[in-house]
Amino acid sequence: MKAKLFDYVERDNFVFNLSGLTKIVSFFCLTFAVMFSYDIRVILAIMVFSFVVLHVSEIKFSQIKLMLYYALIFLVMNFALTFIFNPQYGVEIYGTYHEIFRFTERYVVTQEQLLYQITKLFKYASVIPLGMMFLLTTNPSEFAASLNSIGVSYKATYALALTLRYFPDMIRDYNDIALAQQSRGLDLSKKEKLGTRVKNIMNICVPLIFSTMDRIELISNAMDLRGFGKMKKRTWYSRKPLTKNDYISMVFCVLVFIGTICVSTFINHGRFWNPFI
Amino acid sequence: MIGEPIIQFKDFGFQYYSQAEPTLYDINLTIHKGEKVLIVGPSGSGKSTLGHCLNGLIPFAYNGEMTGSLTIGGKETKTSNIFELSKTVGTVLQDSDGQFVGLTVGEDIAFALENDCAEQGMMKETVQKVADMVDMGKLLNSSPFELSGGQKQRVAFAGVMVNEAEVLLFDEPLANLDPATGKTAIDLIDRIQREYNKTVVIIEHRLEDVLYRHVDRIIVVSEGRIVADQTPDELMSSYILKGLGIREPLYVTALKYAGVNITPEMKAGRMDTLNVDMIKDDLQKWHQSRKPAVVEVSKENILEAKNLHFQYTKRRKILQDINFEIKKGEMVSIVGTNGAGKSTLAKVICGFVKEDQGGLYYEGESMKDWTIKERSHKIGYCMQNPNQMICKTMIYDEVALGLRIRGVSEEEIQPKVEKALEICGLLPFRKWPISALSFGQKKRVTIASILALDPKLLILDEPTAGQDYKHYTEIMEFLKSLNDQGVTIIMITHDMHLMLEYTPHAIVISDGKKIGDATAVDILTDEKIADAANLKITSLYELAVKAGIEDARGFVRNFIEYEREVERA
Repeated sequence: MKAKLFDYVERDNFVFNLSGLTKIVSFFCLTFAVMFSYDIRVILAIMVFSFVVLHVSEIKFSQIKLMLYYALIFLVMNFALTFIFNPQYGVEIYGTYHEIFRFTERYVVTQEQLLYQITKLFKYASVIPLGMMFLLTTNPSEFAASLNSIGVSYKATYALALTLRYFPDMIRDYNDIALAQQSRGLDLSKKEKLGTRVKNIMNICVPLIFSTMDRIELISNAMDLRGFGKMKKRTWYSRKPLTKNDYISMVFCVLVFIGTICVSTFINHGRFWNPFI
Repeated sequence: MIGEPIIQFKDFGFQYYSQAEPTLYDINLTIHKGEKVLIVGPSGSGKSTLGHCLNGLIPFAYNGEMTGSLTIGGKETKTSNIFELSKTVGTVLQDSDGQFVGLTVGEDIAFALENDCAEQGMMKETVQKVADMVDMGKLLNSSPFELSGGQKQRVAFAGVMVNEAEVLLFDEPLANLDPATGKTAIDLIDRIQREYNKTVVIIEHRLEDVLYRHVDRIIVVSEGRIVADQTPDELMSSYILKGLGIREPLYVTALKYAGVNITPEMKAGRMDTLNVDMIKDDLQKWHQSRKPAVVEVSKENILEAKNLHFQYTKRRKILQDINFEIKKGEMVSIVGTNGAGKSTLAKVICGFVKEDQGGLYYEGESMKDWTIKERSHKIGYCMQNPNQMICKTMIYDEVALGLRIRGVSEEEIQPKVEKALEICGLLPFRKWPISALSFGQKKRVTIASILALDPKLLILDEPTAGQDYKHYTEIMEFLKSLNDQGVTIIMITHDMHLMLEYTPHAIVISDGKKIGDATAVDILTDEKIADAANLKITSLYELAVKAGIEDARGFVRNFIEYEREVERA
């Protein structure tokens, strides 16, 4: 059931009930904080926090399973490649050298490199749940409303919301077309050579593009007929008024962001936390 | 009580820039406030263009040249704009799925208000009020996936009502609905029109279904001109429709077959108003003069299902204990409501999904271990929308695709493709690009591309959806000729005419169970089955009952046979 991928399912809990604006602000604050700092203590704290929020949001594992697998593959590859291409980067950063063991002359595992790579791994690991949560707990129209409220043109935000909304439909179309083509003998399974498979997938994309074009013409007519684009502004039926929880969450996340910067400037005197000196 | 004119066409004409000839000529038409008008015409007659002129899509979304004048609410449309027009004319488009803009029912209804910068509190109030009008008030938070086709249409309807538009324009409101839902939709339009004194314009070619409720006038459009502007009673007594390829109500056709000379006094515009006493004798006489024909059916099964079960998840059982036999050379329709499981059944037959229990047998042989590819040698599957199947730009390449994938040599491919094209009447076009074809022709290309693979059994999903009577007859006669050449045909449909006229055998599925398996005539005269499957009792049956014919079912059968004789002659 691939069509489930970006399906928004309404739930009633703390995270879902926050307004889209709060979610954008919080998402950016936390992400910037994590991206800025290379202090593993700060990153760990935010990571634990983001997993707690993920739990509170009651998102089902099955909803994010696929995304998680891709993220995991990415993380492992990133980890390995960093070591392969730059095994002594940690030493460069921290300026000390504590050898643990060595594979060859070039590939020496040091405490510095290990700390650097683990820090980086946790950085990604704390941002990924935040991103997924943002996608899955934000009603696309409400998201558009929030983006509009921070100054983005409503036509652009509506286009974005519609894309999110029609994504599941397009996946459904793709599956239907794929089945019909398979019944004509098009082989999409792993038995076929990669080149042929790519060509076969192209054969599905052509009808998909045409049926999507039909859909776009229809929806744009429907929107014109109901006055979309008439005025410079528009109001939003699904905009959520900001509640106490929204303010608390936003203030909290802004504080985390400021706190992270303070830790870097005043305690670590730089973006890196160096336990080796 | 005729109100003042609200829509006025004067010597109006329109030509799309992309076309060599004008689409509309010399249109003179006045529609008054509070009127209910039906516009009919075959595809390509210009009736949709007429609708586009009313709601402003012409000239604001589709460019072209207008001549003459069109005023709506006293204002010339040329100098107006689409937003201003949308305040007077509210449009419910044909495809209720595609026009669902919002993410929930409430949001979709509010769309026009949002664009008007309405304040949120007032918006919620209005939305609730309008949703209640169309009985959707309790479903404001539902998403489009959870709604049926009829419910989506109600939402679209409400989305137009919030604007308080005076004129409501319905563009083929019945196209995507099953017969029973269509009936409710017509009822709803009728109710709203009366209660709120709206002006209603309906564009539709399913005449009989619209005439289930009162209509003031019917405007017949053909080749860009208005050829008739009459009350239903008058129109039914003329022979205009038949010549234009628009289907008149079946009961009217039956009266004409029985030799009744219909006059406006018989009030044949609607079944309920029909004066039976005036036609009773003729009808009975005709019925008695007919002798039932004997139909021969092959004894051999081509496809058999035994205790077929299928479910996607544990909780939702899609197919339960389905058993049926389809004989060689039969033409069968599979009918049922949306979501009843009929499309899933087709998927199981084609092998797209695997049955959980029971099995399918092709010529007595179990299909359990057959792959999609193996099944495709025997069974062809044709989707509803040809745009979802066509992936080549040239007709020849599209039809040859399946064979090329199978690695057949070009020398062998050529005669096969040409034969398939010939059967489908497309041989003269073989070197054409597909984009030059009409929708009906594209449909035939997809059928040809399946036929080139030489299947013994053809499954078609809604083969005539969105087609007018002329194209419908073309496609169906073509399928009938295929059938005569020995191809067994299964059609998934909710078109009752198709069932009655072309498929002697009908299988009815409701809630994943088979609830009927008999001749189409028996099914469409059985109130219990028709109800469960969202079908309607055919008007022929009602006519026969009204005229006091005891064997009403026999009357329907006689009609179908007679019609085939007429068509063959």
